[in-house]
Amino acid sequence: MNNENSMKNGGMAMPGSVELNSLDTLWFQLAGTICNLSCSHCFISCSPENDSFKFLNRETVSAQVNESKKHGVKEFYFTGGETFLNKEIYDILEDTLRVGPVSVLTNGTVIRHRVAEKLKRISDNTIYSLELRVSLDGFNAESNDNIRGAGSFDSAIKGITALVEAGFMPIITAVQTWPESESHKTLEAFKTLLNGIGYKRPRIKILPALNLGEYRKSEFSSPDEYLVTEDMLKDYDSGRLLCSNSRIVTDKGVYVCPILIDAPDARLGDSVDDSLGSYKLGHKACYTCYQFGAICSNFSTSASETSETSRSAF
Amino acid sequence: MNTTTQRIACFGGVYNNYLALEAVCEDARGRGVEDLYCLGDMGAFGPNPDKVFPLLRRFGVKCLKGNYDDSVSRDLPDCQCGYTDPQDNHFARLSYDYTLKNTSEDNKRFLASLPDSISLEIAGVKTLLCHGSPRRTNEFLWESSSPTHLLEMFCEQAKVDVVLATHTGIHWKRELPSGRLFANVGVIGRPANDGQTNVWYTILSVDDNGGVQVESVPVIYDYQRLADEMKSERISGEFIESITSGWWTTCLEILPYKERVRGKF
Repeated sequence: MNNENSMKNGGMAMPGSVELNSLDTLWFQLAGTICNLSCSHCFISCSPENDSFKFLNRETVSAQVNESKKHGVKEFYFTGGETFLNKEIYDILEDTLRVGPVSVLTNGTVIRHRVAEKLKRISDNTIYSLELRVSLDGFNAESNDNIRGAGSFDSAIKGITALVEAGFMPIITAVQTWPESESHKTLEAFKTLLNGIGYKRPRIKILPALNLGEYRKSEFSSPDEYLVTEDMLKDYDSGRLLCSNSRIVTDKGVYVCPILIDAPDARLGDSVDDSLGSYKLGHKACYTCYQFGAICSNFSTSASETSETSRSAF
Repeated sequence: MNTTTQRIACFGGVYNNYLALEAVCEDARGRGVEDLYCLGDMGAFGPNPDKVFPLLRRFGVKCLKGNYDDSVSRDLPDCQCGYTDPQDNHFARLSYDYTLKNTSEDNKRFLASLPDSISLEIAGVKTLLCHGSPRRTNEFLWESSSPTHLLEMFCEQAKVDVVLATHTGIHWKRELPSGRLFANVGVIGRPANDGQTNVWYTILSVDDNGGVQVESVPVIYDYQRLADEMKSERISGEFIESITSGWWTTCLEILPYKERVRGKF
């Protein structure tokens, strides 16, 4: 349906514009683009060598968290890169969890028992939820390491095990790299794997692949046909789009969403206060978000009437 | 000088559980509350939706419109509960389809007539009753995911001293630094995911000096009779198990970590 609309509009259509309805979620590019892994599907090409975005320090995070309070921000997300490479993460978590709930995105490979226990102590000292979200792209080493690098499966499983043993219920996120017909079987395999390491009621979230090149090859002839146009936003619940309720703080300023920090036009200002304007959906990633909803969030913060289209699982 | 306390009883999420509704109303009247308020969502997975409405009238319950009520009253295809997970949505659909099919046109018209929120002044204390939040009918305000500054903002924007909401199904309250107060009044349609079969409602009391108290009240009702009726209506076993065990078995993925880890499933 959406593809048809998009194609009809062809190259002449104008990109739609989305207002920030309310700043529900403030993201932080806590580890910049620095990561101990170099996953093949990483949408911002994080790696040990990529320091185009650098670690955020405690003072910057604290200042932006406090600035965001007057806008009624509801939750905070920390991402990277690998968040646990930022050595200030524990202080930052303690500071932020005094203000509201926090989700940390991690590949799990640097989490071991001592880290998990430290996180649990931090979690136990706040009224707010500390969510740990661990990326795992396959239910065995073969399928995972093909994407995330040799040894990453075993290492991530150790991290997940440590979190579970500490009492957390990490949200396991996997990018869907299997055909839809294998979804049920694959999810059952994930459950079996996680049950086997003692995670008895696993929370699993499946993300659609952000492999935009695939759309280009298979479905479209012109890049303009990815555009989310003004027409496509009519009668569409823009609350499903991350840019209607979120912003992300980086060491280079505040951007519209975590997917677009490489795009110059996505930089909206130096601080949260500067970044509250509307945003034109000029990127292919906007089209993915339009199709699937705010896939970056644990749950939809702005629930819609058409929630069946969400792709999270279990 | 005598001190008179004004008290109201508030509850949400009847979920067709007319037996709990009757027990809650009798309990609240027995405690001498002046008024009874239902913060919405009359229907869901309980049996025979139309049994709820005569009780609301009999006890003079003042109601506002939840997301379920809005959907049922307009024959919408979805309950607008706000779930994002396929499994959650699967069970939400089962209960919504049942309720939509079994709610009379008269009762749908009643639901359509309800306000989205109710503003009250109780002994000078300005109070707002809403379903999810003052800004969104299906917003989830869990204890572990609702920042204090956001709750202050809700009170500030509504220019009230107290905000009462429901929608999540678990009751909690927080006194705010400004002296204002937020409470989630809980639901009476199912237990609070604590392994107990009772349900909870809330009494808001204001004394002559403007002192505000919020009390969560447990109510025991004939849950076995409800479970039997659910069985005879062929309602899914998962829903019946929630009623008889006190542990939520469905729609769990929306729970934040702290609320989820306290449950069994």
